[in-house]
Amino acid sequence: MTDPVTPSNAAARAAEPARDTAELIRETASNAVSPAASTLPPDDPVSASPGTPATRSQWRDVWAQFRSHRGAMIALVLFVLILLFVLVGPWVWQVDATFVDIRARNKGPSWAHPLGTDQLGRDTLARLMAGGKTSIAVGLTAMIIAVTLGSLIGILAGFYRRLDAPLSRLIELFLALPLLPLLLLMVTLFREPLAKNLGAGLGTFLLIVVAIGATSWMQAARIVRGDVLGLKEREFILAARSIGTPNRRMVLRHILPNVLSPIMVAATLGIASAIITESALSFLGLGFPPDFPTWGRLLFDAIPQMQTYPMRVILPGALISLTVLTVNYIGDGLRDAMDPRIRGR
Amino acid sequence: MLTYTLRRIPMAIPSLLFISLVIFLLLELSPGDPLGSVPLTVPPEVKEKMREALGLGQAWYIRYFLWLKQFFWIEPMHWFDATFGTAIVEGQQRIISFQSRVPVFDVIAQRIPQTLTVVGFSYLVGVLIAIPIGIISAYKQYSWFDQLGTFLSMVGFSMPTFFTGVVLIIIFAVNLQWFPSVYDTTLRVTDWASFWKQVRQMVMPVTVLALYNAAQISRFMRASMLDNLRQDYVRTARAKGLSEKTVVLKHVLRNSLIPVVTVIALGLPAVFGGAIITEQVFRVNGLGQLLISAIQANDIPMVLTLTFIFAILIVVFTLIADLLYGILDPRIRYD
Repeated sequence: MTDPVTPSNAAARAAEPARDTAELIRETASNAVSPAASTLPPDDPVSASPGTPATRSQWRDVWAQFRSHRGAMIALVLFVLILLFVLVGPWVWQVDATFVDIRARNKGPSWAHPLGTDQLGRDTLARLMAGGKTSIAVGLTAMIIAVTLGSLIGILAGFYRRLDAPLSRLIELFLALPLLPLLLLMVTLFREPLAKNLGAGLGTFLLIVVAIGATSWMQAARIVRGDVLGLKEREFILAARSIGTPNRRMVLRHILPNVLSPIMVAATLGIASAIITESALSFLGLGFPPDFPTWGRLLFDAIPQMQTYPMRVILPGALISLTVLTVNYIGDGLRDAMDPRIRGR
Repeated sequence: MLTYTLRRIPMAIPSLLFISLVIFLLLELSPGDPLGSVPLTVPPEVKEKMREALGLGQAWYIRYFLWLKQFFWIEPMHWFDATFGTAIVEGQQRIISFQSRVPVFDVIAQRIPQTLTVVGFSYLVGVLIAIPIGIISAYKQYSWFDQLGTFLSMVGFSMPTFFTGVVLIIIFAVNLQWFPSVYDTTLRVTDWASFWKQVRQMVMPVTVLALYNAAQISRFMRASMLDNLRQDYVRTARAKGLSEKTVVLKHVLRNSLIPVVTVIALGLPAVFGGAIITEQVFRVNGLGQLLISAIQANDIPMVLTLTFIFAILIVVFTLIADLLYGILDPRIRYD
């Protein structure tokens, strides 16, 4: 506190977590010494600081902070590796995951089948790749549905006062639903008719993705609603309103970019829970049909033979856990990186 | 406080009614037929009679109100009759399972003890593990213990219970043969030998669920402790010359437990849902297993009643969590 307050170290201070006196000094300093800084909104203190050129964007700062989170960086690398395994793997290892070779069943690892074959002689490596593709696709799509729905409802509830009470009530109602039993119910009841109309793979995929999305948007909606309620009181919204910004542009240009960071964190964590839910459904035998491998389904199929072939259970289970763990760590790192109070420390 | 409670309870009733309607309509919309497994040789007129006998002949809203009456009036009164020897609802139709032709509540009453012993005990163990870990992690923030604890809770949080359960079975039941892999619900605890057997078969399911819950609760505990350790009153307590033990375990811990207790209360009904999977892994025939078998058999009354009971649990525990928060934290005023 004894060092002289120059504009540059005032800017460095600006990024520090709220600390009583430092806060005060910073505010007075940035106002008195560098009037240029105070003309910009204090929304993003780092990019608004006078010492740095305008090219420093918010996302670069987020990335810089994200990189300093060691767990999140390791997780990101691992997640990219898993994605490569799942997406590029089938191009390198061109074996059909559904090809049944009865004579080569229950084989151990060999050059023809690096991870062995299952009880029908299907190649385990190829099945793990195909299964991962479905599992991750389900996770991503369900997350997109949940987050879109959640942000929409959250923004509507936070922005329009008239909609707040009914939408909040809706969120509460959905939070009181017993989700896993309902998911089980939905999937069991509608699996066959949908599979009949749209084909086994696509029908089940749509059903599971919509069911998971429709039952997991509430957290995102609550976070977004809270943030929007806070944002609405800020000066820049008042300013935008005073120059006659219509509601639609207000939401798209001013509200949405400002709630993007909690939405992104919720989205990342949403992928993890969607992957777990899908594999739980598959594990209960209520997910995808047997010839359509997902990690949960592979685990479920291997349970009867787990005494003789434990690897068949452990491999898909470990892949599910690893994917979810990396996604959770990335979400954790994102949360820290997006928080301007921590960023730049 | 009392007025708040009295105000909250009537508010919970419409949402419960709405939830029951949602579940009912979902079952109603389902294309499944409870008579689907009846052989094709049965003539259609007999099938129609069977349908009426199951109460499926009427319009859906009549059946919905009938079910509501059965759930909220006949079943509680039946229990009242059985306890006090009265005959208020003598001879009135109870909710009957399609599958076993037995009153649904009798089956549920048979299954509840299994679920409660395994799930309830594991939740208790989970809480008992989580709280000390949370305290130490927060007190020694960024120490190796904290780093390890955070990593392990992340792992515990990310590993689905069906995977940890299966891994435990492979290691301890198949390879080491320490514990049985299947939970034997017919076991009666009569002497030390059978008690020991019960303990051995409970070890694995309890571990799986306890670790999963501990991972979540310890993170909450750590965050809450960290919030409180930075407060001014902690500095005051230290300045007064109180011992570090008193400061942390009396002043900080008590205040930190307030949000954690509500999290624990809120998590309790979710545990019943999560236990569906664990029960399936270890073949515990509790409520979760009952629900899955009922769903697969299209046993509409059973599914409806069970799902609704889960919903009631969630609503009740949310209410309890809110009230607990008000009781524990005098700064919160609901009036």
